[in-house]
Amino acid sequence: MAIEWQTDADEALAEAKRSGKPLLLDFTAAPM
Amino acid sequence: MYPDSEVSEVITENFIPVRFDVRKDAQPMERFGANWTPTILILDSDGNERHRIEGFLPKDDFLAQIKLGLAHAAFVAKRFDESERRFREIVEKHPNSESAPEAQYWAGVSKYKGTGNGAALGETAQAFQQRYQDSQWAKKASVWAA
Repeated sequence: MAIEWQTDADEALAEAKRSGKPLLLDFTAAPM
Repeated sequence: MYPDSEVSEVITENFIPVRFDVRKDAQPMERFGANWTPTILILDSDGNERHRIEGFLPKDDFLAQIKLGLAHAAFVAKRFDESERRFREIVEKHPNSESAPEAQYWAGVSKYKGTGNGAALGETAQAFQQRYQDSQWAKKASVWAA
């Protein structure tokens, strides 16, 4: 199961608010 | 880490996952107060930070830590049944992780907050006499011992 990462923080925050789900933010400098 | 199926399953099922490539854009680090990579932040659904992981962790510790964030988010939202269940799951499934003693402590607090029964705290202090005796969480729970 591949993770479908979002990249827009504001969109993700809005989705969290709507769904009640918490967010996991990953700050990485590794090749993606 | 993420190609691991168990890790990706836990993240997909429980979180809205967001990834920032800070080599291309450092602004998100400033916005969320991240100062190192890798950093993982767990925010509740209102956007408040509930847990922070800085630096690499092996799989078992990483899973325990993100579950800790999930449990803390439930606790702050006063969903004490859920937070107790999530904290206990960490102790059961990741007993050797550094998160386990903290989870054992907060499982007891969750039970107390959810039921109002002070015996939950005494039971937690007793549990620390069985394992994790040398942790700071055992010291914190020691005040509840009868």
